[in-house]
Amino acid sequence: MSTSTQGDLAVDATDAQVLLEVDDVVKHFPVRSGALIDRTHAQVRAVDGVSFSLKVGETLGLVGESGCGKSTLARLITALHPVTSGHVRFRGQDITALNRRQMRPIRKSVQMVFQDPYGSLNPRRRVGSILSDPFSVHEKMSRAEVKRQVQELMARVGLSPEHFNRFPSEFSGGQRQRIGIARALALRPDLIVCDEPVSALDVSIQAQIINLLEDLQDEFMLTYVFIAHDLSVVRHVSDRIAVMYLGKLVETGPVEEIYSNSRHPYTASLLSAVPVADQAFRTARRERVILTGDVPSPVNPPSGCRFHPRCPKAQAICATEEPPLEHKTGDPIGHLTACHFPVNPGETLANASRDAVPAPEAAVGATEGVDQ
Amino acid sequence: MALLDVRDLRVSFDTDDGTVYAVQGMSFSVEPGQTLGIVGESGSGKSVSTQAIMGLAPGATVTGEALLEGADLLTMSEDELRHIRGRTVSLIFQDPLTSLHPLYRVGAQIAEVMETHAQMNRKAALERAVELLGLVGIPEPKKRVRDYPHQFSGGMRQRVMIAMALALEPKLIIADEPTTALDVTVQAQILELLGRMRKDFQTAVILITHDLGIVADVADDVVIMYGGRPMERADVRAAFIEPHHPYTQGLLQSIPSYSGRMGRLLPIKGYPPSLMRQIQACPFAPRCPQAHDECLVAPPPLKPVGTSPGHLSACVLPSDAVGLPAHDAQATPAEAAVGGVEP
Ligand SMILES: Nc1ncnc2c1ncn2[C@@H]1O[C@H](COP(=O)(O)OP(=O)(O)OP(=O)(O)O)[C@@H](O)[C@H]1O
Ligand SMILES: Nc1ncnc2c1ncn2[C@@H]1O[C@H](COP(=O)(O)OP(=O)(O)OP(=O)(O)O)[C@@H](O)[C@H]1O
Ligand code: SF4
Ligand SMILES: [Mg+2]
Ligand SMILES: [Mg+2]
Repeated sequence: MSTSTQGDLAVDATDAQVLLEVDDVVKHFPVRSGALIDRTHAQVRAVDGVSFSLKVGETLGLVGESGCGKSTLARLITALHPVTSGHVRFRGQDITALNRRQMRPIRKSVQMVFQDPYGSLNPRRRVGSILSDPFSVHEKMSRAEVKRQVQELMARVGLSPEHFNRFPSEFSGGQRQRIGIARALALRPDLIVCDEPVSALDVSIQAQIINLLEDLQDEFMLTYVFIAHDLSVVRHVSDRIAVMYLGKLVETGPVEEIYSNSRHPYTASLLSAVPVADQAFRTARRERVILTGDVPSPVNPPSGCRFHPRCPKAQAICATEEPPLEHKTGDPIGHLTACHFPVNPGETLANASRDAVPAPEAAVGATEGVDQ
Repeated sequence: MALLDVRDLRVSFDTDDGTVYAVQGMSFSVEPGQTLGIVGESGSGKSVSTQAIMGLAPGATVTGEALLEGADLLTMSEDELRHIRGRTVSLIFQDPLTSLHPLYRVGAQIAEVMETHAQMNRKAALERAVELLGLVGIPEPKKRVRDYPHQFSGGMRQRVMIAMALALEPKLIIADEPTTALDVTVQAQILELLGRMRKDFQTAVILITHDLGIVADVADDVVIMYGGRPMERADVRAAFIEPHHPYTQGLLQSIPSYSGRMGRLLPIKGYPPSLMRQIQACPFAPRCPQAHDECLVAPPPLKPVGTSPGHLSACVLPSDAVGLPAHDAQATPAEAAVGGVEP
């Protein structure tokens, strides 16, 4: 038995602690094709009904397969894409309904670190001037003061102030990524959506940036949405985790709960596949579940549970009925799972049975012992 | 004979503020079928080194030698290099957006590689492009070949780059951060694909990555770079269990452990060296907890260390001083400031 807890998701907007409320947001992109005339004949269902809320000072880690809709969701939260439907409320105000002028103060409070740093930097402008923008747009400051502030910011993200006059093309990949982080931090926003903010950094600078983000959070009660494929980084920075699969949230809960007691078979296989460089290179023999089978498409998502064609536990009902994101018996409050047959503690996915399963050729793949 | 043998590579750029000495003496070699990991500090010259030897660092002054099957790439004409880039060596760039054309469909871009370099006709090339997109895990590749790059997610674009690199079955693939935007499952799939290329075609791979877990998983040997130079080279096992260079040790200690060690992460203290001049000392000395006077005299050359054959380190410490120091041993870096950038 499982108790529905839609109440956990729909937060009272008057609660001063709630900074962001994402309410059933949907984003569909048209797919065009046709030999003579471009016609829309299908939709990429990039984000397909996602709800969660964020408290002030909290960090939500957002993880999931490449192409599952994380960056699109990030762009909906930061109002860089219009929603197809649903609502995004920032401090109780629905930002999906605002015009440009009304958006202005919110643009300052909500910043984004882009996944693709080079694409988000104007190649013809010097970095010093890119980073000065936020100061000159929103605050009245002398040029010398702006330069001082910018150089201080550069130093905090580990960029040398001597780089002030360089163009984006004259930086390394990781240096560009830090320019993006500096730009987002410049305005002291309330919410920063970080889309793969440390993926191009060596572990030492990564540690420096993560420490910086944590310090700023303590100092200014910053709130983060942190998207990353590096699951050890996500574990380190997050208070809560949301796991996405094909445009939907499949599991969410407190970070340690998700890492130690994941209930959704997708989460479980995701966590099992991480290659690890232990300090001593002495990683225990782990069981690795590698998903195989046809990669599902957001143009044509599977019926029922979207994970069912690749799920080791799937039964007939999984192909027909979509499992709601709900609290499962025995789990702590706030741990929600969208699955008909959640993984039980101690259960290994590799031996899971798929009795009455349609499309068996797409079952889970090899279980590999990783011996390092 | 090594497939690629790079010796004393130096790369500099002239900028408005002066010369940037991005690579200051890089040496490494790769054998057929071998996977060489290159890791190191962000900005240490990993991308510039590999781009420079392939003639892809515009505006750079490049010296040294880069012998591909015995022929020096650095003395070749642009035409010869283009031919090699098409057939023998494939590069996967760190930044997919810079190398994908925004106005052409992804399928057409992959197909073009094969049309130019493998004399395939359009139709066959497009069919192969669909097949390759499927191989790198793009769902419904038939539908999505017609998409433009901006319609792909970050990781999907990265996989388009990988598909292009695989298209021609090269002898060497230089993959610069090929999996940063990929989840672990797709990552495993891509690494397996590279592994299969290696088995079937003896393809050598130079894998530049910050993900030490991947290096541990797939590389044979690893080169650790800092300040435009190699600091250490070893087979992966020795590099992780018996690191010699204090930079390598500091790097390993910065890993947020997957086992969930909470609390503060331990970055290496201090700042990377300024590359606005040639460094006449160990580049790591200003941040090194074990630096002494000798380190400031000249850049230490790579010397054999430890017990594992081929293990080299550019550090003056005794050659048997390998292994990670006991936990909280990361002391304050020596005060000596050689070429260090003050915040
Ligand atoms: N502008 C767009 N037009 C059409 N399709 C799009 C557009 N942006 C994203 N998509 C599609 O939406 C889906 C989700 O993309 P998104 O970038 O959100 O994924 P992601 O989870 O961030 O993946 P990654 O981890 O690879 O960055 C993908 O199938 C992608 O191709
Ligand atoms: N065109 C250029 N002009 C001037 N300096 C440059 C240029 N390209 C790169 N650099 C500098 O050269 C150094 C080496 O850059 P490179 O891109 O090789 O670093 P990297 O090791 O690949 O780092 P990352 O891990 O961050 O990608 C960096 O400090 C960078 O700022
Ligand atoms: S058991 Fe069923 S509902 Fe649960 S993840 Fe697998 S397919 Fe989906
Ligand atoms: Mg993305
Ligand atoms: Mg690079």
